[in-house]
Amino acid sequence: MMNKTAPSVTGTSPQRRSFLKTLALSFAALIIPGIVVARDKLDKVKDWVIGDGYRPADHRWGMGLDISKCIGCGRCVDACKKENNVPLEPFFFRTWVERYRILSNGETLIDSPGGAINSFRADAPEETVLRSFFVPKLCNQCEHAPCVQVCPVGATFSTPDGVVLVDAEHCVGCRYCIQACPYGARFLHPETRTAEKCTFCYHRIVKGLAPACVEACPTQARVFGEVEKKASPLVRFLRMNKIAVLKPFLNTKPQVYYTGFDMEVR
Amino acid sequence: MEELIQHLAPLVKEVVGYIYPNEIELHWGLLVVVYPYVTGLVAGAFILASLVKIFNVTELQPTYRMSLLTALAFLLVAPLPLLAHLGHPEKSFAIFFTPNTRSAMAMFGFVYAWYLMAVLLLEIWFCYRKDLILWAKQERGLRKLLHRIMSLFSSDVSERALRFDQKAVKAVTLIGIPSAFLLHGYVGFIFGSIKANPWWSSVLMPIVFLFSAIVSGIALVLLIYMIATPLRGKEMDMACLNKLASYLFYAMIIDFSLEILDFIHRVYESEESIEILAALVTGKLFISLIVVQLLLGMLLPLGAIAMAKMLQMPSDLKKMIYFVAALLVQVGIFSTRWNVVVGGQLFSKSFSGLTVYKTTFLGLEGLLVSMGLLLLPFLILYVLFALLPPWEESKVSLEGS
Repeated sequence: MMNKTAPSVTGTSPQRRSFLKTLALSFAALIIPGIVVARDKLDKVKDWVIGDGYRPADHRWGMGLDISKCIGCGRCVDACKKENNVPLEPFFFRTWVERYRILSNGETLIDSPGGAINSFRADAPEETVLRSFFVPKLCNQCEHAPCVQVCPVGATFSTPDGVVLVDAEHCVGCRYCIQACPYGARFLHPETRTAEKCTFCYHRIVKGLAPACVEACPTQARVFGEVEKKASPLVRFLRMNKIAVLKPFLNTKPQVYYTGFDMEVR
Repeated sequence: MEELIQHLAPLVKEVVGYIYPNEIELHWGLLVVVYPYVTGLVAGAFILASLVKIFNVTELQPTYRMSLLTALAFLLVAPLPLLAHLGHPEKSFAIFFTPNTRSAMAMFGFVYAWYLMAVLLLEIWFCYRKDLILWAKQERGLRKLLHRIMSLFSSDVSERALRFDQKAVKAVTLIGIPSAFLLHGYVGFIFGSIKANPWWSSVLMPIVFLFSAIVSGIALVLLIYMIATPLRGKEMDMACLNKLASYLFYAMIIDFSLEILDFIHRVYESEESIEILAALVTGKLFISLIVVQLLLGMLLPLGAIAMAKMLQMPSDLKKMIYFVAALLVQVGIFSTRWNVVVGGQLFSKSFSGLTVYKTTFLGLEGLLVSMGLLLLPFLILYVLFALLPPWEESKVSLEGS
């Protein structure tokens, strides 16, 4: 039977040919949306790997620091160390708080004992204190980051959402980035022997959470958010205050903004 | 980790003023001082050899091959301090395979490989090719084999081939001079391009590095010549010594002028960082910068060489002066590297305080390893001298073979 039908198939008539064509097209019509959907799914998987539908290119993160609100309690330093497994010894910090005391004789006392993880002691200097304020410090997530420029292997990089990260798997530990950072924001992790720094708690922000320091701050001196989106608290902060950045002359374009610090702050 | 913490804990008490808390650990220590010192010697020795070839300085002919071998011995050691200093030396190959092209440091691999492969080894090979073939003919056993291998089994000693060797040496030297400038100028650029650090950030840095390199290279070849010649029971060539001392003198004058220019420029511009830098120079760097680098390493040898040149004196006294001057120059240039590398990290980038650096004796970053790394090139040089004798009398003539 098979042998008999086979020759008749090879001798296709024009109608049969057009039928087969239509059939193929109909099948294609079934498959093509499938391919499109699959590609869409793949993108979704990619997003899902980073976070719940988080697309880095859709964001641009920054932080604002309100000097007048910071009380120097050091909760942010503590929260950061716990959240990011930063060694507890007082030589390694992703964030720290500095105290500035401007005396009547014009001198400025600056300190940050243990990064202020246990706040500050209320020791009064002999001279009268004219002004005193606290300055939280962290990686400035520079748009023109010198650390990214100098890394010989590209282990330090800027993400599309404006955060500077270190890929510990590629870091060779040459410490050039630490030298290049004008803000002292980097250190070499004593155990991994790779460069470390503030990541804006990247693992948290991709999930829609705020960085640990922001969460821990009791006075909302730290404002975290989108730099560009209108509804962001940071945009409001930038609009309502007189804004400065650290060492602007170095043209690093920090994305950490301050309001209310004095000229003594560097 | 425990060791590091124990090392850092007592340093906190020695900090003057305010430094950022992450600045207590000083990141580039003794090993990173050794690195530019060693590459400087390479560049300096090579430039000296090139002067001999390009300008046909006959007096310096006895030091030509010696300078090349010295450059090679030190170049082989140059990457070791860097490797020992890396947090992850096992990943160092990434600098070659996946370099960040925007990074000055990523160029290290290429500059180094270019200099070693395309310049130094080529020049030495063309320079020694004839001798290697002729030596191998007279020798037997292992030495013969080694010399055959080193000549890459070439055997053509026809006049045409030898003329080509000569031409090739000239050509490589011509490429070599800018390459040597590149090698050490590049090391200066690594520091000079760090805008975060006002002690380093200077366009003069590569040039100062280069001329201090030439100074240290000439002084080193002078020392090696003055030690090796009596050890071989030969007489030193006074004309050669005088010429070396003159070149050393000229290079030092340029180096000194550049450093003074840098100093005046800084003081005159008097930027934001001037106060902390002044505190640094007059305090923590006083001994190593003012006393060792400037007085002992620069002014004293400059004065001594000038005296030896101007006054009539017995040649033995002259030799003594040259020797001591060259030795002082080495100490001075090492001090220069120290003052740049370590000095640049002794003040806080907040410009509000000074920190300290204490070397350890043991450990990778310690004194012992650095001393070993400084001695290693001399060991290599000893082997090179044995395998590729650079002396005039070791050259064999074609008729003799």
